[in-house]
Amino acid sequence: MIWNENAECMEREEKKEMQLALFQQQVKRVYENVPFYKKKFDEAGFHPDDLKTLDDVSKIPFTTKADLREAYPFGLFAVPDDEIIEIHSTSGTTGTPVVSGYTQKDIDIWGECTARAIAMAGGDKNSKIQNSYGYGLFTGGFGIDHGAKAMGATVIPMSAGNTARQLKIMEDFQSDILTCTPSYAMYLAESLEKEGYTADDISLHAGIFGAEMWTEEMRNNLEEKLGITAHNIYGLTELMGPGVSTECEYQTGLHIQEDHFYPEIIDSETGEVLEDGQKGELVLTNLTREGMPVIRFRTKDITALRRDECPCGRTTVRMDRITGRSDDMLKIKGVMVYPSQIEAAILQIEGLTANYQIHVSRPKTLDEIEVKVETSPEVFSDEMKKIEEFERKIARKIQSAIGISVDVTLVEPESLPRSEGKAIRVIDERNFD
Amino acid sequence: MSVKQLSVFLENKEGKLKKAVNAMSQAGVNIRALSIADSSKYGILRLIVSDNETAINALKEEKFTVKETDVIVVGVKDEPNGLNTMLEILEKESINVEYLYAFVSSKTDEAIVVVKIENYEDGVKALKDANANLLSEEDLAEL
Repeated sequence: MIWNENAECMEREEKKEMQLALFQQQVKRVYENVPFYKKKFDEAGFHPDDLKTLDDVSKIPFTTKADLREAYPFGLFAVPDDEIIEIHSTSGTTGTPVVSGYTQKDIDIWGECTARAIAMAGGDKNSKIQNSYGYGLFTGGFGIDHGAKAMGATVIPMSAGNTARQLKIMEDFQSDILTCTPSYAMYLAESLEKEGYTADDISLHAGIFGAEMWTEEMRNNLEEKLGITAHNIYGLTELMGPGVSTECEYQTGLHIQEDHFYPEIIDSETGEVLEDGQKGELVLTNLTREGMPVIRFRTKDITALRRDECPCGRTTVRMDRITGRSDDMLKIKGVMVYPSQIEAAILQIEGLTANYQIHVSRPKTLDEIEVKVETSPEVFSDEMKKIEEFERKIARKIQSAIGISVDVTLVEPESLPRSEGKAIRVIDERNFD
Repeated sequence: MSVKQLSVFLENKEGKLKKAVNAMSQAGVNIRALSIADSSKYGILRLIVSDNETAINALKEEKFTVKETDVIVVGVKDEPNGLNTMLEILEKESINVEYLYAFVSSKTDEAIVVVKIENYEDGVKALKDANANLLSEEDLAEL
């Protein structure tokens, strides 16, 4: 089902006109109301009147995560405080947190975007949505919640954690759609198996997973284990939260809600805007947000945009699943490596799960990578030589994916840290000081 | 005739062996024989125990990876040339031994050898044809 045909199936030219009008209005508003943007635009020699066509967008300076941190907590709000009705924040694991403020209209738009996402996953007002994203300052829980309510579906506000209860509710309430991080979905799927549940005990038909990177292999795994179609959802606290883009049933990329967000792909080194189909850093602009409009935000997420036709009928531009982050990228022995490449290689091997951890170290002068992978009865042998052979097989797969040699070590099942939020996949022990 | 050995994956970390042995002892499982193969990273604990099912459950409870493997258990004369006689039978048939370990019991004069052979059926046939004393799980239980 398409939730909002007018918006999601709009003609290309009509959409461009609308986006330009919204963009012009937005830069004018931030220039007048947010001293940060006035200063930034003035310094870059850009004036809102300079935005005459969408080609002029590249003249507007970027906003970075560092800018948002500097504005902590409320420095980028563009409306009087009394109009802000909800606040979210990043966890601040990589520095000062970033705060996001929303007006009533912003919350309505967020609900509209996640309602479109739920519809892409086959949901409607009859659906029971088990929302296992964390509720709180994190945007996951509330984002889905706003969409489910906008749609009139039934939201089961589980939040993350308490796995036994998650499984029981999933069975007792016959939840239709599961929403959580993909690593938590994997954990729930494994727990279902372990607790002796079968596909007949649960009636999930779709999952909407996001807030961390995952791979096609992990999707296949989740779809098979849970008997669902798994939809990738993308979003970020700085701009809104989940719902910026989502995959429809054809899984041809994530449809970006272009009436609210303006996407660009840039070369992360030069800042130059790239053509459709080229891989680079995603840059997003809030076209309609009132509370805290973010202009040309450098997401650090690596993807590409596609405008060819999607069989679903939506005309919105699609982005590829995120294949890395320009700052998650590891430079090992001078080679660019994304953890997702290693994960994809591991998941190609029968009997292995997505439970792995990458350790990067520099014992003397050279970088070394060790990949720890959990054993399972299927891959364990009573003979040392077979285990060592198996490790070499994994190492070869990874090497052919990333181009540098790695050391693989099997570890005991369930010995690597599981998280109910974002999994810790990389431990970089190199000291660059 | 077949005897199932348990193999347990152990990380090379302090207390891992103790944890595995403790899990079995708490479950009332008696270890009849054991050997450990090890590399710098981890070990494989191989065991003949009194009750496989109980041992497996106890080990899995503690998150160990456990596997059952068919091994051949042979009684050989506890004297010089005892083991050699058995190995000669296998050698004659060009059968490779993957690993073996042995133990003695106060209830028999024979030494008991646990052998892992790549092709279990071939090994059993060769030893049977040469009238070796193959022991079953029931035989082991009496020792």
